[in-house]
Amino acid sequence: MQLFNNTHYDFLGTKWPFIIASLILTAAGLVSIVVKGGPKYGIDFAGGAVMYLRFNQEPPVDQIRAALESKIQGEVSVQQITGAPEVLVGTQIKDEKELNVNRQVIEDTLRSTFGAGGGKLDLNNASGDQLASKLREPLLQAAVAMSEQELQTVVKAIADFRASKGGLLTSLDQLSGVPGVTPQVLNAIKQECALGPFTILSAEVVGPKVGRDLQKQAILATLYALAGMLVYIALRFEWIYGVAAVVAVLHDTILTLGLFSLFNKEISLTVVAALLTLVGYSMNDTIVVFDRIRENLRSMRRESLPEIINLSVNQTLSRTILTSGLTLLTALSLWLFGGQVLNGFAFALVVGIIVGTYSSIYIASPILLFSQNVLERKRGTKQTPAVSVKQAASSPAGGGRKAVRS
Amino acid sequence: MTSNLKLKFLAIFVIIVGCIYGIIGIPTSTAEMAANWNKNIHLGLDLKGGSQLVLQVQIQDAFKAEADTVIQRLKDQLGKSNIQYVDMQRNDPPTIQSADSIQIDVKGIPATSAGNFRQTVNDTFGGVWNLTPVNQTDYRLTMKPTEALKLRADTLTQSKNTIEKKINALGLAESSVQERGRSSAEAELLVQLPGVDDPARIKQILKTAAMLELYEVVGGPWASRDEALSSKGGVLPLNSQLVGAPARGGAPAEVYLLARTPVITGRDLRNASPSQDQNSRWVTSFVLTQDAAKRFERFTAANINNRLAIVLDKNVLSAPTIQSKISDTGQITGANSYEEASDLALNLRAGSLPASVEYLEERTVGPSLGADSIRAGVISGIAGVIAVVVVMLLYYKKSGVNATLALVLNALILIAALSYFGAVLTLPGIAGVILTIGMAVDSNVLIFERIREELRSGKAVIAAVDAGFSKAFLTIIDTHVTTVVSCAFLFLFGTGPVKGFAVTLVIGLIANVFTAVFVSKAIFDWEFGRQQKVLALSI
Repeated sequence: MQLFNNTHYDFLGTKWPFIIASLILTAAGLVSIVVKGGPKYGIDFAGGAVMYLRFNQEPPVDQIRAALESKIQGEVSVQQITGAPEVLVGTQIKDEKELNVNRQVIEDTLRSTFGAGGGKLDLNNASGDQLASKLREPLLQAAVAMSEQELQTVVKAIADFRASKGGLLTSLDQLSGVPGVTPQVLNAIKQECALGPFTILSAEVVGPKVGRDLQKQAILATLYALAGMLVYIALRFEWIYGVAAVVAVLHDTILTLGLFSLFNKEISLTVVAALLTLVGYSMNDTIVVFDRIRENLRSMRRESLPEIINLSVNQTLSRTILTSGLTLLTALSLWLFGGQVLNGFAFALVVGIIVGTYSSIYIASPILLFSQNVLERKRGTKQTPAVSVKQAASSPAGGGRKAVRS
Repeated sequence: MTSNLKLKFLAIFVIIVGCIYGIIGIPTSTAEMAANWNKNIHLGLDLKGGSQLVLQVQIQDAFKAEADTVIQRLKDQLGKSNIQYVDMQRNDPPTIQSADSIQIDVKGIPATSAGNFRQTVNDTFGGVWNLTPVNQTDYRLTMKPTEALKLRADTLTQSKNTIEKKINALGLAESSVQERGRSSAEAELLVQLPGVDDPARIKQILKTAAMLELYEVVGGPWASRDEALSSKGGVLPLNSQLVGAPARGGAPAEVYLLARTPVITGRDLRNASPSQDQNSRWVTSFVLTQDAAKRFERFTAANINNRLAIVLDKNVLSAPTIQSKISDTGQITGANSYEEASDLALNLRAGSLPASVEYLEERTVGPSLGADSIRAGVISGIAGVIAVVVVMLLYYKKSGVNATLALVLNALILIAALSYFGAVLTLPGIAGVILTIGMAVDSNVLIFERIREELRSGKAVIAAVDAGFSKAFLTIIDTHVTTVVSCAFLFLFGTGPVKGFAVTLVIGLIANVFTAVFVSKAIFDWEFGRQQKVLALSI
């Protein structure tokens, strides 16, 4: 099977609509970022507390919000996950001192509002330690012969069973099948425990100081990485190639960040990892095209630069479509099946792959052409075929530093 | 098969065996295979479930404590040498960064004793502190920069060790304490607690200094400090201090007048454990070291019917009357539960932290969410790989098999390398794996498209394959080196998750050059070697 075999699309001829579309999208994203007062950082960067809760019924979102707002100062966000009885509860943290308090306050409020009640331990939210200490006395009183070791084993088995049920039990009788839970133990559990309607899937509390540091480091690391790539491409090709590739990658990053802002998605550490992945993809794509341009410049002396760029893009087109299509499939499957935790990450990948592929063709290549035109106008030599490439491309660092004009 | 090709396949075979061994060892049963897999593949807390705490050691505390000791010793020394002074104070550096600016101001040394004073200070503290005169009677001690650096490092290491001891005493398997941040100047420790979904108790344990001291009671108790002061005529007797006892279990808060120097400190403990007293209430029992036991025996023998205060973290817990001579054991009462008694015992055993800690970050992933994430990651990974393989086979027919083999081998090498390096697989690491798969596919596509082009231009099959590989190789090197360069920077300047991403990606890229270029080519060569005359290629 072959697709896009021997195509002759005039990519450079149709560049303007695409460049304008790019500019509009980028501008829209930037405007959205500015209007919303900067990118929407997740707690990794902004600091704050986030709890991810799963309910065994439709979550009472309004009730949760009301309960928390009465206990916690500042903004409380309660957001339901589409298609699941799960909510994300978030609060802001302005000071490291609030760090220790906040998680506890949220937990306590939720427990007192929705918990098991009656002074019983909420088994859907109890740690193994808590369960063990709650059971010790009643087991002794019921004269159940059990060593501390056995108790710990049973408690662990119960915790594992609960985890296998998605963290939520619906009835204490479910435990009867768990190894070690004898009728006597079950009785003790029933006497001491009850089941609340929710469980805490994850809790994250990040102080603003750490957030600021992480933010600074992530940005710095990315900028250094971009600079490193620019230098390497400049050595292997020419400065302008490095600049074009980096501009294309920056375009992708800004566009994706803009889309995050437009779609109101948060930027977390995993999203940063996804952005780095997309930088990698986009760079990869651009270099494949540039490599072909360099090769063609060497073998074709008569064609003009726009012709060579068009030819190169066409020659690599089937590879570009196939690779991007396949990686897009992987990213799409991550988006579809990856669950809540990977959602932001997968979104960035899907957007990144599409944008990254397109930018190699419509951003990076035109920049090469523009720079060439600018150089020509300066030199006033219009009829010379616009070819500027190192002859000794196979010996990147060595050889003549000066571009050889043919 | 030529000998060259045989060597290539031998190398490939050795690598495959090495990889499989690294991942699952040499299992004799499926259960053992699963156990080895779990042992070799380290999952991050975000996948496995557990808690992670980032805490910052307040290094300045150690500097202040050091200065306090110096002040105390210097006062003693000056007393012995009959040198007068008016005042001795240290400053109060507020942050970790400013800890080095610790200084002690000594005021009012008579000009006649100046030489003597300098001599005394330099003899006793000259190794650590610099003495500079402020004016004729006042002096300032500042810490030498090298010593300050050492104290910083020591405080951090000691905190780390103490926290490690505390966590190990809790019996938490696989937990770890690491220094975090790029320099120790940030004084951050990362505590990872796999399997712990409620870190509240551990946070309490880590935060508790558990500084135990036993003092002779000189007077009291009174209801408040003011009352205590006024009963002593507004002036405290020499060598005494007021220490409060917080309200507990219905008893009101009180203030005791205690001796200044403790009889026994936490360092004198040999062991501590929870136990029950005669009323079956939980208490923490402790055993003293031999030296301390002798000292304690002498002290208690001499002070029968006097009171002894048990002070924990600068709070009087109880002040029992000494009934008889005690040698090496004691009890701390007042625990509300077994946990409280056992936590205190643990803290006493581990010793106190040299400086207080502040929590900067706390993350908990429940076991069910971690399992969800793994399941989702695996399902989407498999779905992605199946899609890629199907398209490759449809598009490149038999050559697609080459690509599929290369892809599988690439994944195998990547997992094995993670296992050999003991690297931890986290969610960002999975991002690295996905980018690797993407680039592996890309390398194969680049090569195959190139081969097709060469075939179209009329080359014979073998020549076309050779040309395809060698031409695509340059491009592959360019794309891979660029990415490795960026990874190097991410690794140097990034933090935890970003680093994990970079490491996974670099391993994947190296594996990729090997599989896409070396292995895939070897398979083509083998294919051609079997045929008499290579006329067509299924691509």
